[in-house]
Amino acid sequence: MTSISEQDFGFLRTFLREQSSIQLEPGKEYLAECRLTPVARALGLKDIAELVALIRRGTSVDARRRSLEAMTTNETSFFRDVHPFETLRDHVLPEIVRARAGERALNIWCAASSSGQEPYTIAMVIREHFPQVAGWRVRIIGTDISTEMLRRTREGRYSQLEINRGLPARLLLKYFERQGLEWQIKKELRDMVDAQEVNLAKRWPSWPIFDVIFLRNVLIYFDVATKREILGRARKLMRLDGALFLGGAETPMGLDDSLKRTQAGPSWCYRLAAASPAPQPLPRTA
Amino acid sequence: MKILIVDDSLAARSFIARMLTKQGHECVMASHGGEALERLTSEEVIELALVDWNMPFMNGLELVKAVRANSRRRDLPMLMVTSECELERVALAFEAGADEYLMKPFTDVELSSKIQLALASRAGTK
Ligand SMILES: C[S@@+](CC[C@H](N)C(=O)[O-])C[C@H]1O[C@@H](n2cnc3c(N)ncnc32)[C@H](O)[C@@H]1O
Repeated sequence: MTSISEQDFGFLRTFLREQSSIQLEPGKEYLAECRLTPVARALGLKDIAELVALIRRGTSVDARRRSLEAMTTNETSFFRDVHPFETLRDHVLPEIVRARAGERALNIWCAASSSGQEPYTIAMVIREHFPQVAGWRVRIIGTDISTEMLRRTREGRYSQLEINRGLPARLLLKYFERQGLEWQIKKELRDMVDAQEVNLAKRWPSWPIFDVIFLRNVLIYFDVATKREILGRARKLMRLDGALFLGGAETPMGLDDSLKRTQAGPSWCYRLAAASPAPQPLPRTA
Repeated sequence: MKILIVDDSLAARSFIARMLTKQGHECVMASHGGEALERLTSEEVIELALVDWNMPFMNGLELVKAVRANSRRRDLPMLMVTSECELERVALAFEAGADEYLMKPFTDVELSSKIQLALASRAGTK
């Protein structure tokens, strides 16, 4: 493998930062190499130098898109980290569902939803534990920058490894169908999730405000200014009594002081400082 | 944690044992349901069983049923680990009393994820 030149690496860093605000740190040459070599091959190019030249020329949307996608990490799983979904199930949703009994609508946004495991996990939590919202307008919007991840989300097909990871087999039994060697999530759940292309670092579509926002394991890739900007915009899209979930290694501390960490059960979420006190567990109806 | 691995394939047993030992667990083995049941009638502390489906003498499903019917061991967390991938099989395993279901092949990530789920599920049934 020819290694990546200093110039090409510099160009890629700027390209990534400008296109998706992703930080590619100096010293991560190996990462660029092992992610982009397959892209170069797939496009019939000799090496990364040729790929970079193609991106620079700006004539190939395909080369740009594929390279961007290859450089982002799509790691995810059903019920990732487990506890946030317990907090959602036992503390956040009971309170919000009760408060929305008049409106009969729930709006949930899963930003950076990757291949869809996170929005489908939320859909399963709702189906399993909140029978009272059957007949409500429940909308789970899953967004990502990667068209490939959005295609996967819409299709809702998962490999055996993916369904072995984090997904209780009882839920597999209930909500999936076997398709050859893969597993597809049933249409009733696919219909709950709306996959849309959104670059968090650019303009967002005009949306309703959300009851719950999942913004997990994506802020880590951005620089401080972009983090602050994204958190600020996400906060403005939250209902007063809404809840924001971030990844385990992410915090709004020092970035957005109007988001207050609220411990609820085994995990925590963030709520608007002006809003209600810590959510209390309610008796579950299911 | 002390884990009983029940599988008729030596290769499968050692593959799983290697992963679990690396994660700090202690492993004991049985090559079919009968042998496992014998082991479970002793006083030995065993905290989790990983159970293959297809085995000679007594298969995994029969083993799960036998353990659930045994007053002293009925709360043992049991995880089916098998290449049986039909949903009907998964349903049968749950009916018999399995706590979780892991399909072969898998890596250490899926194995520990399913172990956590099996333990949580058993804790929730008490
Ligand atoms: C590590 S995954 C996180 C998936 C999921 N939220 C979770 O926690 O399991 C990060 C996702 O962020 C997406 N992403 C990266 N940069 C983005 C951007 N600027 N706008 C939107 N999505 C982006 C990637 O495509 C990837 O799917």
